[in-house]
Amino acid sequence: MENEHLIDLIHVSKDFDGVKVLDDISLYIRKKEFVTLLGPSGCGKTTTLRIIGGFETPSEGQLLFEGRDIVSLPPYKRRVNTVFQKYALFPHLNVHDNIAFGLKIKKTPKAEIDRRVEQMLELVGLKGYGKRRVEALSGGQQQRVAIARSLVNEPEVLLLDEPLGALDLKLRKEMQLELKSMQQRLGITFLYVTHDQEEALTMSDTIVVMRDGKILQIGDPKHIYDEPANAFVADFIGESNILSGTMIRDELVAFAGSEFPCVDFGFGSNAPVDVVVRPEDITLVGEDVGQLTGTIRSVIFKGVHYEMMIDTGSYVFKVHSTTMQPQGSRVGLSIVPFNIHIMQPMNAPRNEKEAQDSAV
Amino acid sequence: MTKVLKRIYLGLILIFLYMPIAVLIVQSFNAGKSRAKWEGVSLHWYIDLFNNTAIMNALWVTLSVALLATIVSTVIGTLAAIGIHSMRKRPQAMMMTLTNLPNTMPDIVTGISLMLLFIFTQVDRGYVTMLLAHITFDTPYVILSVLPKLKQMNKHTYEAALDLGATPRYALLHVLIPECKQGIVTGALLAFTLSLDDFTVSYFTTSPLVQNLSTLIYSATKLGITPIYYALSALMFVVLLLLLLAVNRRTQEN
Repeated sequence: MENEHLIDLIHVSKDFDGVKVLDDISLYIRKKEFVTLLGPSGCGKTTTLRIIGGFETPSEGQLLFEGRDIVSLPPYKRRVNTVFQKYALFPHLNVHDNIAFGLKIKKTPKAEIDRRVEQMLELVGLKGYGKRRVEALSGGQQQRVAIARSLVNEPEVLLLDEPLGALDLKLRKEMQLELKSMQQRLGITFLYVTHDQEEALTMSDTIVVMRDGKILQIGDPKHIYDEPANAFVADFIGESNILSGTMIRDELVAFAGSEFPCVDFGFGSNAPVDVVVRPEDITLVGEDVGQLTGTIRSVIFKGVHYEMMIDTGSYVFKVHSTTMQPQGSRVGLSIVPFNIHIMQPMNAPRNEKEAQDSAV
Repeated sequence: MTKVLKRIYLGLILIFLYMPIAVLIVQSFNAGKSRAKWEGVSLHWYIDLFNNTAIMNALWVTLSVALLATIVSTVIGTLAAIGIHSMRKRPQAMMMTLTNLPNTMPDIVTGISLMLLFIFTQVDRGYVTMLLAHITFDTPYVILSVLPKLKQMNKHTYEAALDLGATPRYALLHVLIPECKQGIVTGALLAFTLSLDDFTVSYFTTSPLVQNLSTLIYSATKLGITPIYYALSALMFVVLLLLLLAVNRRTQEN
């Protein structure tokens, strides 16, 4: 099972009129895995999905399905189904006929079509909606029809292109959990595209972080959150304080004007690095015992915690804490070695100003 | 006061527009032959009309040309609209200009240029050339009625069909065409109406031996027109009015 690659993308690139949208992507997807392509708009995640669906042809590289190259196979011969952005249901057909569309093409006997459509309607919680017009349904219901319309064909892989993008926050959270449990129950491989990092963390077995047509990091949600490969990933996944620092020697790093013991090694000595500290990993202590001291510039109540911006003179740290300190007071900051994450600096030069902007 | 004036003004305009047709329809029921004297109501011009072989032949030509031109231009126009819709922006804009151009061109230019084309290619003018001409001027109108429907559609609808296992042909017949059915029917009605009512283009693209109703009426006026033609014109007016109402209703619904 571990080695059972269902889909392999090997050195795939894609140009649109000379503009490189995908730049040498390599990626594999295992059976029954929930993989999420995560990145800002224009990062190439939808193009990757469309290549697998058969709606785009890669300019270079190979696309393997169970080890066989399927680049030249048209979409209607691939054993994948897609849930499109904004659903793309067929308005001239009712809910039942929308779901039955794929089965009718395969000339499935009518009794079996009816049985399987009913089963799907039940699965997505739309029992008794078969005769309704799709345009009379709410966004969430149309979403369910779109999922049912794909799943009824029993695809090996379900491709989902920002399927929850048009729903409101509450419904989106509900659907996230539903999709995840559906995926586990049916044992179908899901390839999910989103720009919402929280959605990715909630649902995925594996997250693929993309930017500018390149893959920055592949890993499980916890790994990506705890060990971001670079400042961009750290900033994109969750909130972060990202600083430029210097690795003095193994397990000792300097940033924000102080030296900190850490657990990373192998960067060399006096090497420039990027340092990430999550806001919840900074502990507020007395002014005299902290590794850093700073002034609290602002305090915002966020429900579970307070978010404070603390100015240490060289950097403004974002700190999450359940105890409030009054604005303007002086505090000490302390960070345990394990919570300091050191990364190779990004190729693009980053200055202190940029780091400030992305942290604020 | 201004309200009354507005009403009167509107009334005058409508009278000016519809009086000639009203006179024509009234005269078509006049028993006498004179246009100056009312000799009682009669249907005998209508009876004569249906017994007149020249007119009945022309009616047959008109209807069959309109029907065939509608069928062919609807098929070509629909497929063309789908093709144009899937083009990229710049070629699409160019195609739209080429589609709109014939519509803005005067009929007489279309007629003369088609006539020249047939003379140049040494095709004898008659039924077939008239039919070809009608298909030519009908097609852009079909394209223009179908395109908005395609633009309204979710851009992934066609891909969704392929994704669910439909071949491009199945997706065309079972998804694209049903999705823009309203536009196709409107386009067909429009094509039929334009074809029924055309004189100018038909005049230049047919021979005197194959006449449709409008060219027949035109040649009849040279000999001195009889009230049969009032009856004929009245009937044509009613049929075209009904067709136009149908088209307008559909475009409003869309």
